[in-house]
Amino acid sequence: MMDKLIFGRYIPGDSLIHRLDPRTKLLGAIWFIIIIFLANNWVSYVVLIAFVLTAVKLSEINPKFFINGVKPLIWLILFTVVLQILFTSGQTIWFRFGPVVISQEGVLNGVFIFFRFVLIIFMSTILTLTTMPLSLTDAIEFLLRPFAAVKVPVHEIALMLSIALRFVPTLMDETEKIMNAQRARGIDFGEGNIYEQMKSIVPLLIPLFVSSFNRAEELATAMEARGYKGGEGRTKFRKLAWEGRDTTVMIAFAVLSVVLFVLRT
Amino acid sequence: MDIRFQDVGYTYQKGTPFESKAIYDIDLSIKDGSFTAIVGHTGSGKSTVLQHLNALKKPTEGTVTIGDRVITNLSDNKGLKSLRKKVGIVFQFPEAQLFEETVGKDIAFGPKNFGMTEEEGLEKARELLPLVGLDESFMERSPFDLSGGQMRRVAIAGVLALEPEVLVLDEPTAGLDPQGRKEVMNMFHSLYKNKGLTIVLVTHQMDDVAEYADHMIVLEKGTVMKEGHPREIFKEAGWLASMQLGVPSTVKFAHELEEKFEWTFDPLPLTTDELAAQIIEKLPTKGGASV
Repeated sequence: MMDKLIFGRYIPGDSLIHRLDPRTKLLGAIWFIIIIFLANNWVSYVVLIAFVLTAVKLSEINPKFFINGVKPLIWLILFTVVLQILFTSGQTIWFRFGPVVISQEGVLNGVFIFFRFVLIIFMSTILTLTTMPLSLTDAIEFLLRPFAAVKVPVHEIALMLSIALRFVPTLMDETEKIMNAQRARGIDFGEGNIYEQMKSIVPLLIPLFVSSFNRAEELATAMEARGYKGGEGRTKFRKLAWEGRDTTVMIAFAVLSVVLFVLRT
Repeated sequence: MDIRFQDVGYTYQKGTPFESKAIYDIDLSIKDGSFTAIVGHTGSGKSTVLQHLNALKKPTEGTVTIGDRVITNLSDNKGLKSLRKKVGIVFQFPEAQLFEETVGKDIAFGPKNFGMTEEEGLEKARELLPLVGLDESFMERSPFDLSGGQMRRVAIAGVLALEPEVLVLDEPTAGLDPQGRKEVMNMFHSLYKNKGLTIVLVTHQMDDVAEYADHMIVLEKGTVMKEGHPREIFKEAGWLASMQLGVPSTVKFAHELEEKFEWTFDPLPLTTDELAAQIIEKLPTKGGASV
């Protein structure tokens, strides 16, 4: 079960991308998702692909992981591509069968959509594979900070996020333990018809909920016992530091945006 | 039913950067009707070995033979369920597996998965409650209202309800008070003595090993370091200490007496009774010259 959850998991490393400030990576990923919509011709997509492949190379992570990131979404992507191909109206018609019309523009659009999906997944995979979850929440907290002015509980949101992330592995271990215990009592997970499979989830979910609630309460007690009283005046153990390379990356994104804008037809 | 491991190895997440070898080159055998103790400190691979005993995990290398079923990396998953009925596992902190509304239903859960009806299962639960030291009044109670020790007993009953031939126990007394520990261990020992169950006990408690086991396997860093009778293995206190394992308090006491009075204990006493009997023999008889 753990084998399948590699997508979205941090892989330790010391590449340029690993060392970037998490804020740079988060902003970069969001920025990329916005500017990808500027691309509307072949040349701009080639530029984007080159940009993403450079980033993949710089991350020094086995490209296999990026392909694995696309796999779970492949059906959704193909479905969207097929819809695009079927329902884009265009002048150059290649094929017509009753209501089904396939035009050159439609196929082109489909291919573009395909690359758009894959590039977005690659970019966000770079973010999650090279950034520790906790650094990521630090970055989120920093970027949300302006909203504190309008009474958004930014610190609490960030704390909730980091606690949730912190307990993902714990919960996975727990799930595996309980699954083992119930399998030893004769449950076959993932076998039988849908009704049987749903039923087999109950002996897994109830113990998980019970232990999560217990753990939440214990954690709250432990935090209070150690004097936790919210974010006010609290200093940080991990300080975010903006370096020259972060500025370089941001400039690279700015240049990319300008290029895409110029190439737009 | 015998269980045999031949060159068994298991690697987690093979072929990924997270790959880690948990156990390797394991050869061991658990004879029908034996009381086997598996010892080793944290991270020695005990839990991984344990999950191979009823095919919850398939070895990535080597073969595991459970009764007449041979399990290798290539064997399919069909029919593994019947193995799970023959080899029952009580996991560490088994109270985490409770989920039903009532104690009775939770104990009946296993038997129902193996084809018993609800009534038969509840009947089984009613039979088992006294065996684990609870009475019938618990049948209708919610397992989540019980104390930790009581939950543990209910969970153990839930595994016993499968009527396994081999019972595997992973530190069954962890977190119990001394009285509870004694009761639970005595219960397992009487199952072994009276019902002829084969028992595999994973533990840190050397006293329990000395008291109950007739076969002992020492695991360290993922492989078997020694296998034999506890009496033989506990002779090598120095070697055990180098494995960061202790000896039972009876053996320790005997060693101290050996040093102080230059006595030799043969055979090595494992239980308090054996120790006492040998001390009496060595003591000067009444009225004779004192030491």
